[in-house]
Amino acid sequence: MINRPTPKKVRIRRSMMFMNAQKPNLLKDAYIYGVDSIIMDLEDAVAENQKDSARFSLFNTLKNIDYGDTEVIVRINGLDTPHWQEDVRVCVAAGVDGIRIAKCESADDVRTVEKAVAAAEAEFGVESGRTLLMAALESPIGIMHAYEICTASTRLFGVAISAGDLRKSLHVKSEPGGVEMFTARSQVVMAARAAGVQCFDTMWPNLDDEAGFEAETIQARQLGFDGKSLINPRQIAFVHQTFAPTKAEIAYAEKLIRSFNAQQDSGIGVYTVDGKLVDVPFFDDARRVLAQAKAIGIYHGEL
Amino acid sequence: MQIKHEAIAGTLESSDAQVTVRPAPELSLHISSSVLNQYGRQIKAVAEQTLKRLAVERGTIEIVDKGALDCTLKARIEAAIYRSADQSAAGIAWEVLA
Amino acid sequence: MLNAVKRDIPEALLAGRTGYQGKYAKDGQSLHKAAPTITQALKPQKSKLADSLKAACEACGAHDGMTFSFHTEYRNGDKVAAMAAKVLIEDLGLKDITVAATSLGDAQANMAQYIKNGQITGVQTSGVRGVIGEAISAGELQTPAIIRSHGGRPRAIAAGEVHIDIAFLAAASSDAFGNASGIRGKNNCGSMGFAIDDAHYADHVIVVTDTLVDFPNVPAAINGVDVDAVCVVDQVGDPSKIATKEARMTQDPRELMMAQAVAKVIAASPDFKDGFSFQTGVGGPSLAVNRYLEQYMTQRQIKMSFALGGTSKAICDLQDKGLVNYILDTQDFDQGAVAHFATHPNHLECSLDQYASPANKGAFVNNLDFVVLSALEVDVDFNVNVVTGSDGVLRGAPGGHPDTAAGSKCCIIVTPLTRGRMPTVCDAVVTVTTPGDSVDVVVTDYGIAVNPQRQDIIAQLDAANIAHTTIEALRDKAYALVGTPAPLEWQKRVVAVVEGRDGSIVDVVRQVKPFAF
Repeated sequence: MINRPTPKKVRIRRSMMFMNAQKPNLLKDAYIYGVDSIIMDLEDAVAENQKDSARFSLFNTLKNIDYGDTEVIVRINGLDTPHWQEDVRVCVAAGVDGIRIAKCESADDVRTVEKAVAAAEAEFGVESGRTLLMAALESPIGIMHAYEICTASTRLFGVAISAGDLRKSLHVKSEPGGVEMFTARSQVVMAARAAGVQCFDTMWPNLDDEAGFEAETIQARQLGFDGKSLINPRQIAFVHQTFAPTKAEIAYAEKLIRSFNAQQDSGIGVYTVDGKLVDVPFFDDARRVLAQAKAIGIYHGEL
Repeated sequence: MQIKHEAIAGTLESSDAQVTVRPAPELSLHISSSVLNQYGRQIKAVAEQTLKRLAVERGTIEIVDKGALDCTLKARIEAAIYRSADQSAAGIAWEVLA
Repeated sequence: MLNAVKRDIPEALLAGRTGYQGKYAKDGQSLHKAAPTITQALKPQKSKLADSLKAACEACGAHDGMTFSFHTEYRNGDKVAAMAAKVLIEDLGLKDITVAATSLGDAQANMAQYIKNGQITGVQTSGVRGVIGEAISAGELQTPAIIRSHGGRPRAIAAGEVHIDIAFLAAASSDAFGNASGIRGKNNCGSMGFAIDDAHYADHVIVVTDTLVDFPNVPAAINGVDVDAVCVVDQVGDPSKIATKEARMTQDPRELMMAQAVAKVIAASPDFKDGFSFQTGVGGPSLAVNRYLEQYMTQRQIKMSFALGGTSKAICDLQDKGLVNYILDTQDFDQGAVAHFATHPNHLECSLDQYASPANKGAFVNNLDFVVLSALEVDVDFNVNVVTGSDGVLRGAPGGHPDTAAGSKCCIIVTPLTRGRMPTVCDAVVTVTTPGDSVDVVVTDYGIAVNPQRQDIIAQLDAANIAHTTIEALRDKAYALVGTPAPLEWQKRVVAVVEGRDGSIVDVVRQVKPFAF
């Protein structure tokens, strides 16, 4: 029987791939593709009359298959359904790393789930506080409440923007260049950064339009997202490549840290690199870049 | 557990199994499988173990296996049994199933 | 007696032949080739057209106990083989017939009944699927079927071990003299490489076509001097069925991931340089290797000197991009390849003898750098099975598998670690079709294993930072996932003999014992 190690709230999450929790052939080894996080879906992917069966499938899969370093998250059914409470129980009992709250609209939604999670942890003898949370923002009100959602629970590691329903509510359709989602995306990034949690871009539904997928992925990186949701393993490589620090970024970060160390040792109070004045946030960002590069195995230097 | 009425769980897709349970005075197990030659006995062992753990003493259990892993077989049997007892939707004693 | 791949071959089968002794055991040995007995034609003649297939068979002396052959260039769309069998057995009432096929599948399903009826008593083929495989596996054929590779078949014919009385050769076009081709017709199959050797060695050759053209139909795959009769029928084959499921370019992420890994392994080799040669099979991941290889070729600005064997549109596209000098084509896997064969001057026909036979002075496979092949199973000795399913029933084709594996510098097997619940990497394959001494690398979705006899490849992968593991570790992972399979239980009766490309016996297939709890 598999007992997963305690989940890490802070970790690399460039790619989060949805998988139907009812499909044994998908679940049995979804980790082989090297995705950072798997999202087993109890919500939209599972028909209304198969919710019960999907939980048995999820539970036994997690208890028997070793996903190794791949993070395992479960998307539970909405809080307006009769399913979500049993979803929370099975998630906690099975030892998932995190729960994704679908259609999250307020801090209360997060706290409601948090309470159920805490109760389930007590019921099944699971270490208190072990189960992490993330929230999907799929409505205008959810986007408006992004900051309070991001700060609603210490278990919450991040928020994802989900564009499908949001576009309907905004009376827009998917546009090349993504202008219709610009404000929502920016607001989510802003809220997440203000709260110190991660943020993830929506999934790209049209597998055959690779150019569209790549453009959206690049834009998500430029806007400041930490990663992107996916629906097919074919999309992983490009997402990982896009969200990895570039060689130039790594080299500059290295230079910053080296010069910081040197200048600090000599007691200089004002830092300059390449003749330019740099401030403390520059060094924080450089440390983040190096840590990320190390975590994904593209930096082997000494820093 | 007691099988109150007929219930089905699972599908006939590859790597899955479809399990049908019906009330009956005696316990009987019927297995067909696409990998019967190599895994027939193992499938039977998993089924018997699962039924024992759920304390199912009576009923007809029919498994149509399409190459499911043990954990999938177990999940489908459990789902069918809980459905047949009208207990599959909530309040499941997950700790017992581990 | 145990042969070199540790298979127990019954002594009775070893009369006059040996068990497998290693991939080059017969190198340098002399061979006296057989020759056909033909009916000379000296008189002025305008046409060899026959009124019907039955009349042609009678004119060619069809008789009880005869052996007839055909090619399967139309793959699942072939109509001529079934037609010929029906004429011989139902219309002429012949018995004790031996079939010498390049493959057997659903297109020849009527032969399963003839086998059950005892009318077809011998089967020699390079592949067997569907109901015929089931009938043979159930012990319905009176003599054990002989399974030969694409190179082993022309060897057996050249050595006189198979003597073909009548070859029925489906052709897309033919003139009345029997100059026949796989193109220029209503229903094209492209290369007729599978048919060429039969035309040279059969006593009688009947060309069957649905498109009669003016003399001379040249260049021709089948030369009229080898042809006794030409028979016109409504349709020789359905080309839309040439592309079976496995010939499509995959979108499956697992297969793409494996294809990418294969391309990486190839790119790490010093033989991946300008002028390298390459062959790939038709399975999903092997076919997709073309796509990733292209990226490496463009990056390094190198070209392929020739692509060999079965041909798909994927490799034709590479030739159109100027990345492949020659395609030496034994069969076409899809309509794109057929059309390309008809138009591209350096996309050429290649007979099975030229391609892969060990009974000549050096076949093209001996000049091959890389071959990528699929497998039903691979075991920890790197032996590969491509003919029997996990239930022990015949359902596959060695094709050129053992020939290219033995001839090439680097043979890469690509396969998922498990199919459904069946482990692909296992302790011992059900049937050995390609001996492990000719298999170099196994690429799976769970990792890469290199045959320890190829320390050079191990060093190449290490230098290129490509992770690899042992074949035993892959097997352990497979068994951990799906459980250790119980061994199949067999009856005594041998239903098929797997002949090595050199004529030795590699393995036998026995009748499966029905399962009981």
